[in-house]
Amino acid sequence: MTDTTEKAAVEPAPGPAAPEPAPAPRPARLWRGATPWLFLLAPLTLLIVFTYAPIANMVAYSFTDWDGVSPELRYTGAENYAELFTRPDLFEVFWVSGYYLAASVLQIVAALYFATILSFNVRFRNFFKGVLFFPYLINGVAIGFVFLYFFQDGGTLDSVLGLFGVETDRAWLGTPESANTSLAAVSVWRYLGLNFVLFLGAIQSIPGELYEAAELDGANRWHQFRHIIAPGIKPVLSLTVILSISGSLSVFEIPYIMTGGATGTETFVIQTVKLAFQFNKTGLASAAAIVLLLIVLAVTWVQRRLVPDDKVDLA
Amino acid sequence: MTRRAVARALVYLSLIAATVVVLLPLAAVLLTSLKSEREMADGSGALALPEDLLNFHNYVTAFQDGRMLSAFANTAVILLFAIGGTVLIGSMTAYAIDRFTFRFRKLVVALFLVAALVPGVTTQVATFQIVNSFGMFDSLWAPIALYMGTDIVSIYIFLQFVRSIPTSLDEAARLDGANAFTIYRKIIFPLLKPAVATVVIVKGITTYNDFYIPFLYMPSEDLGVISTSLFRFKGPFGAHWETISAGAILVILPTLIVFLCLQRYIYNGFTRGATR
Repeated sequence: MTDTTEKAAVEPAPGPAAPEPAPAPRPARLWRGATPWLFLLAPLTLLIVFTYAPIANMVAYSFTDWDGVSPELRYTGAENYAELFTRPDLFEVFWVSGYYLAASVLQIVAALYFATILSFNVRFRNFFKGVLFFPYLINGVAIGFVFLYFFQDGGTLDSVLGLFGVETDRAWLGTPESANTSLAAVSVWRYLGLNFVLFLGAIQSIPGELYEAAELDGANRWHQFRHIIAPGIKPVLSLTVILSISGSLSVFEIPYIMTGGATGTETFVIQTVKLAFQFNKTGLASAAAIVLLLIVLAVTWVQRRLVPDDKVDLA
Repeated sequence: MTRRAVARALVYLSLIAATVVVLLPLAAVLLTSLKSEREMADGSGALALPEDLLNFHNYVTAFQDGRMLSAFANTAVILLFAIGGTVLIGSMTAYAIDRFTFRFRKLVVALFLVAALVPGVTTQVATFQIVNSFGMFDSLWAPIALYMGTDIVSIYIFLQFVRSIPTSLDEAARLDGANAFTIYRKIIFPLLKPAVATVVIVKGITTYNDFYIPFLYMPSEDLGVISTSLFRFKGPFGAHWETISAGAILVILPTLIVFLCLQRYIYNGFTRGATR
């Protein structure tokens, strides 16, 4: 409790010109000033220790050649950043994100389609909704194994193709193109459900009378989508786009679990993790992490500028 | 009229196709988990039915040799502390931010807002050093502290609910002589029950599924959580797909049960969590 009064003392007590009409007795006022900080003590400490301190440290490390263990480190200026942008093998991994970006376009379109049809009266609606959403809840490692089995030689995919009379001895995870496409498809399988449920929620919050009125005016399903649903889900759509872009840039789990980054499936985050924890290049890894962080923040900022929260509909 | 019927048929066809795409990979793994080693060696194909539908031998192997029991225990401990901490921290933060005006309030809000944009994976390079310097590396405390300390989404969820509680309740209690802590404990917190339920579910599922943090901070085999223990199946059970499958099903099953029981809350929770 002594800590309380100390905290309060740090807070400059408002002078006599304070706006309160009838100033409370002094100790009470100090107590009131300190109360919110007491509630915020633990949350702010954790926030600073585990989010802001790491970012600050990371900026500092990124200008050094520190290996993460030895007490010595040398200031190297912008060398790490120069290495990152000039060594082609370090920056190349960003192209892998292209597969996931393309996949997320597909994912958004599919999610939008299923959300639209399931917002109308469909039999077994809850069943379909549950089935589409469930993969999002499954443990990533389990998904990794399910799809390693799916893609392996003689696995689920080959068996299914065999049913249709297609015999392949193709190694689905064998070449960079095929492997990245397969992994991106797994990512669609996993994350489609979240997009779908977000869209569905947005569509269902549109008042039903709008559809009835449109139907009376002779609008078909496409018109209803174009003029009622599309404007209604714009905020959620822009949020989804942002999540997809930053998600595509920071893909980690699925490729790490399934291929460990082999056969050209290494993503930027896998590379950063390897640099930091396998090759002990903390400095270079920090620079990489800062670059990714800046890109993600920039994308978010652009989105906030393009689609402000209190949007004005152009329609 | 016929065009409508065709459209309707196509809609159902697409839904059934999607269902097959979602369920088939899972069904194949379920079938494989019930097969014996001999059946696997015979190369019966991924979709062939197992000879004995009640062959749980692989589950026993996965549980015993795969250390799944200690994994579930470790996960349970982490879940308990991480969720409890998140609920307390989130509700306290929301209460302080919404019910008080104080200096630097805007700054505090901005700190939480910006932190929500920082992707956690990127900062682990430096977070690792901090966790290590606290001596929490390779202990259950590392994930607990990180799950508690870096969850901004829960704060948002609590904030939405605190806003919806009328301030007249606080004022009435204050007139009766209650101080801020009593108001938080006796009035605000009990009214936050729906938010607590949402946070417990969302946090519970994301914590249960997280792989990166336990993988990075708890390399000891004794400290395996379900994600990392399952990941370790890759080594010893390398080609034994029947055991790996059993392990995967063991991990998926609790999620399925929770999902079936709490569907409505789960949809709401994740929608709220994502849209903030």
